[in-house]
Amino acid sequence: MKINSLKDYQDVRKQLLLLEPPEQKKILVCCGTGCRAGGSLEIVHRLEEELKAKNISASIEMVVKKPGCQGMCEKGPLVWFVPQGIFYCSVKPSDVIEIVEKTISKGEVIERLLYKDNASKEKIAHYEKIPFIFRQNRLVLRNMGVIDPTDIRDYIRVGGYETLLEVLDKKRDPDAIIDEIEKSGLRGRGGGGFLTGRKWKACKKAQGTRYVLCNGDEGDPGAFMDRSIMEGDPHSILEGMILGGYALCSQEGYIYVRHEYPLAVKHLMHAIQEAKEYGLLGENIAGSSFSFDIHINRGGGAFVCGESSALMRSLEGKVGEPRAKYVHATDRGLFDSPTVLNNVETWANVPLIIQKGSGWFSKIGTEKSTGTKVFSLVGKVKNTGLIEVAMGTTLREVIFGIGGGIIGDRPFKAVQTGGPSGGCLPASHLDCAVDFDTLTKAGSMMGSGGMIVMDDRTCMVDVAKYFTQFLIQESCGKCLPCREGLPQLYHLLQEIVEGRGKREYLKKIEELAQVLQDTSLCGLGSTSANPVMSTLRYFREEYLLHILDKSCPAGVCKALTSFTINEKCTGCGACMRICPVEAISGQKREKHEIVQAKCIQCGSCYSVCKFDAITIGKRS
Amino acid sequence: MILTIDGKKISSQEGESILDVAKRANIAIPTLCYKPWTEAHGGCRLCSVEITRDSWDGWKKVVTSCNHPAQDGLIVYTNTERILKLRKTLLDLLLARCPQTPEVQKMAKEYGIETTSYKERENPDDCILCGLCVKACEAIGANAISTVLRGIEKKIDTPYSQPNDACIGCASCAEVCPTHHIQYQEKEGIRHIWKQDFPLLKCSQCGRTIITKAQRDHFMEKSHLSARYFEKCELCHKKETAEQFYKLR
Repeated sequence: MKINSLKDYQDVRKQLLLLEPPEQKKILVCCGTGCRAGGSLEIVHRLEEELKAKNISASIEMVVKKPGCQGMCEKGPLVWFVPQGIFYCSVKPSDVIEIVEKTISKGEVIERLLYKDNASKEKIAHYEKIPFIFRQNRLVLRNMGVIDPTDIRDYIRVGGYETLLEVLDKKRDPDAIIDEIEKSGLRGRGGGGFLTGRKWKACKKAQGTRYVLCNGDEGDPGAFMDRSIMEGDPHSILEGMILGGYALCSQEGYIYVRHEYPLAVKHLMHAIQEAKEYGLLGENIAGSSFSFDIHINRGGGAFVCGESSALMRSLEGKVGEPRAKYVHATDRGLFDSPTVLNNVETWANVPLIIQKGSGWFSKIGTEKSTGTKVFSLVGKVKNTGLIEVAMGTTLREVIFGIGGGIIGDRPFKAVQTGGPSGGCLPASHLDCAVDFDTLTKAGSMMGSGGMIVMDDRTCMVDVAKYFTQFLIQESCGKCLPCREGLPQLYHLLQEIVEGRGKREYLKKIEELAQVLQDTSLCGLGSTSANPVMSTLRYFREEYLLHILDKSCPAGVCKALTSFTINEKCTGCGACMRICPVEAISGQKREKHEIVQAKCIQCGSCYSVCKFDAITIGKRS
Repeated sequence: MILTIDGKKISSQEGESILDVAKRANIAIPTLCYKPWTEAHGGCRLCSVEITRDSWDGWKKVVTSCNHPAQDGLIVYTNTERILKLRKTLLDLLLARCPQTPEVQKMAKEYGIETTSYKERENPDDCILCGLCVKACEAIGANAISTVLRGIEKKIDTPYSQPNDACIGCASCAEVCPTHHIQYQEKEGIRHIWKQDFPLLKCSQCGRTIITKAQRDHFMEKSHLSARYFEKCELCHKKETAEQFYKLR
């Protein structure tokens, strides 16, 4: 079923829209990785069975679809009825019979499955009325949760590949495409924020076989933006890369996907096969003289292979070690040839920019950070999940407006952005705009979009230690400062959290941070001190309390923490029941007691007490 | 191309690194993993220098001189306070890794460090992970050893720590190792290295040890030289050539 021209495409699309018009009633059951873990595949299975039993055709009257990650991961599994717009959260397979009986057959809403707004406590039946949804600006995520990522026909139905066909049909000047990307102000979404158009221009200037690469190695802990796009809308990435290949006069592309994303690999490979069947990838795309092929490469489980030069070495079959970037990859990259490497989200922006124009794109966001950004909002926030907002949106809007605020309405302490290369910002920075430059000036960085929200029960020294440990495990080991310096940094932090910290350790930490920043071979090392330095900058007293007072105000560092029951105790016994080591004893309605010798300082009693009767203190 | 190093203007050519130019101009920059016979590794970071340009408004960047290309208009500083402090910390960290290695102790002492101010590695060895042994093994065409594992656990080894038939027992790795970390033993005409025994060939003239049999076979395969060539050691070859020239006089 090859498409050989723009006209062919328009005919095919028309046919597909006749078969499944926008008014077609559909049940969209989110089948992103998160909802699958919650049982969404079982929900689909039971739905199909139940519809069959009730003689409702699941392919004509009520189409059951399995789209990719919708983004509201906290509330999954999600079921969304279109075009009516009724939206159900936390659906269980056992709810299916009732859903078919009430919602599908009679159009009735099942109250208990509706989204409950955390602030107003109201139930919201319709998708577009949910603040988490309408406060976003979903451009890159436009198809997520809407189309079936394993069916190219869905992508075509929503106009996918039309941009590519138009470019080929009009035989647009490849350099004009690069100009559009440059004018749009698009900057790398993988964290580096380098101007994409400038990168493409540099590669076009270089002589030799050009390669187009997609970095799907997403390694930041807590980040799943790229995973969702690769799983949920793979064709958007392919279309972006094919357009890139056309603009750069390249014939070969590679998508490097981290080993730990099997569903992404599966969906991408399937998408490539489908695109080839339709003549949209491979030799003579859509009957033109332009040929472009895309291969998938899997990573081997190394965070450092997300670094562009290490990724290219890994693709070449060599050890994934970065090299000096004094010679740019756009001159000599993969196989020593001119190469453009861009992140998944960056590629997903390309078809939009070419279709709607650089003028449209550059009006979104801020002057120096145009467009939108996808974030994975995780941690102690009520609405965790995947969101997309215009650059320049404040942290406050993201965390409180969209995220719904802190779980349990506890005090906000910090937000960590940019993964292991980023930093933590305190409450005083909540009105900071999220974009490439503002966060960097404040001592953090936007990075690839991971946003971890922290409350008062988070210890900032512990956070720094966590990220440092992660980097030690992922360091390639080639250069001295990173390989030797990070374990030394970790050792000092370990001493501090275990109560053996000394004042002069802070000076040693700063010394290590300096050598890491200035002499590391690659970005992993040079940004590795950011977690420690940003927490030291904004939470210095917390470090000093650990060192001088031997206390942990957040009650996290076990060696410095004790939990005791105070006079507010009503003797309800909740803490006694939850204690994993039976360290709490007491009679009903009488003040309970924690046996310090048995206590493992897990803090479960503190979390469960409704009377503020547990005091966090030092160890005697 | 003209670049300035520590105030001195020096001309350079395409393909040279900052270190190449500095050496020509007799400006000393310390190195540890650099050797002229192989591509710059860029691992020890000791050759770090500060660079700037007139157009950078005083902003400086730290780069490794061994692999940063010499460029026209580049201004380089090799001994600023910032660089000296960085080198000191690097050597301090290296000394923590190899506290008993004389070569490291010597270099650290030059920067005022007697003992490391960091935590010493447990059961330290002398390997500084300069990678020269791997480069030597590549150069001789054997490719028997490489770096294995990642990060702080990185070490030099044969695949899976097993003796492999790529190794020809030439001991080039041991030869180039700056800290003599790679060891081998020779006893009764056998060289033992990387968990394998390699019979050694002796010179038919003087009886000196030449190379291992495996190394000879490897050279024969890679070149046009016959087995006869390897029957004499280098000195006896020279002696023979000299005698021939003498006869021709």
